Amino acid sequence: MTGQDLQAALDGAVVNPAWLADALARVQASPAAIAGLFPAVGRRCGRGPLPDPGPELDGWTVDDAARVLLLTVLPLRGVALAGATGALYRYGDAAEKRAVLRALPRLDIGNDGVELLRDAIRTNDPRLVAAALGPYASQLDDAMWRQAVLKCVFMEIPLSTVAGLTGRADGELARMLAALATERRAAGRTIPADATALLKKLTGGRPAESDHDKEAD
Amino acid sequence: MRIFDPHIHMTSRTTDDYERMAAAGVRVLLEPAFWLGQPRTSAESFCDYFDSLVGWEPFRASQFGIRHHCAIALNPKEANDARCREVLDLLPRYLAKDGVVAVGELGYDSMTPDEDEVFAAQLALAVEHDLPALVHTPHRDKKRGTERTLDVVKESGIGPGRVVVDHLNEVTVGMVAGTGCWMGFSIYPGTKMSPPRMAAILREYGLARMLVNSAADWGRSDPLLTRRTGEAMLAAGFTDDDVDQVLWRNPVEFFGQSGRLDLSPVQPPEATFADNSILRGGG
Repeated sequence: MTGQDLQAALDGAVVNPAWLADALARVQASPAAIAGLFPAVGRRCGRGPLPDPGPELDGWTVDDAARVLLLTVLPLRGVALAGATGALYRYGDAAEKRAVLRALPRLDIGNDGVELLRDAIRTNDPRLVAAALGPYASQLDDAMWRQAVLKCVFMEIPLSTVAGLTGRADGELARMLAALATERRAAGRTIPADATALLKKLTGGRPAESDHDKEAD
Repeated sequence: MRIFDPHIHMTSRTTDDYERMAAAGVRVLLEPAFWLGQPRTSAESFCDYFDSLVGWEPFRASQFGIRHHCAIALNPKEANDARCREVLDLLPRYLAKDGVVAVGELGYDSMTPDEDEVFAAQLALAVEHDLPALVHTPHRDKKRGTERTLDVVKESGIGPGRVVVDHLNEVTVGMVAGTGCWMGFSIYPGTKMSPPRMAAILREYGLARMLVNSAADWGRSDPLLTRRTGEAMLAAGFTDDDVDQVLWRNPVEFFGQSGRLDLSPVQPPEATFADNSILRGGG
């Protein structure tokens, strides 16, 4: 959680590395400075994909990694850090919000970031929903987590973006997926291939019981 | 004809307007923050409005290949309501954002002491954030309002080349022409300029530092009057290159001073934004 992996991934990929070094120093010296620096990261550092992200940062952009790095050097903890993070999310545009969501598992805030995840899942902005289902989604209760996974299926967000999916997916999620598949079949439609594969895995190849199957109509 | 409309309130317009504007040649626009008709009573509702200027509206514009930028400010009319004053403290968060290429609309409505204070404070923010300023001139007592506006701009220390003084007409253009400020004209039925009158002003004062906008909003207005002005210029004997300077290169130069103007082709749009897809309709 020291940010070394971020530093390594950003090495050679940042448009203006001097700006980023200065921004990191300013945030360490004065946490309030992040309010003005955080939105500027895209135009100063670049917005393209990380050239060599590795499995942990798969799908991250340069501005994602630089913003997360800025958050990890904030000299704040606990409630103060959660407050600063929450304000950046509240006033952030979609790219800033996504970076805050990606930073959550690296910040010393316990479960104080859960409300941000819930907000992101409500938006139906695919960039935010996907970012909300990273490792920090372990803090969501099971019911909310299943709803969020199902939402990914609806929005055709690849399920490979859901952290820890196979470990956490349970019989209830299988039932929900099966019900959706039944509903779609009735309408002459299908569910995405990755959802079908997950359902198959969860049910061991046997059709899962869904509410629809049990109904007499 | 490629068009950059440097002043239009898309929040008050329909998606059909975006479609018509794109068909008419509008590729880039600037939406300054202003009054919504219904007065706001708290800073929070300004935040939601500003969020839509950097979120929902750029998304909606992108569906038609239009680049949306905005200017952010507390407008002079609502500067008179003490409940809205704390918006000033929130502005730095928005003035740091990518899509924000100016501070505005600033200026006067009724020329009150509150308006003086808020106008000056926001010109200082423009200097601090290295952004140009969009300053409107009042509807009532326009001549005196324009004089006073120019005095405040001078006192603020902002470079005159980084200020556009907007809603000018035959009576006020001469006051601004010699100041080094840019001159903005709103082609707006009834109350402001018309395309043929605009062509006559361009003939008299030249094309340098001239910006032409539709200022289309929730009033009886027309987002295609930029295009109609280009046509009126051609009919009055101006060349295609003259039209391109006024409707494209001038606004690019003025707002380009922010260093944040993005003229690259719009990326293929996301399917939905906050659960709404304008292509399938509302709901």
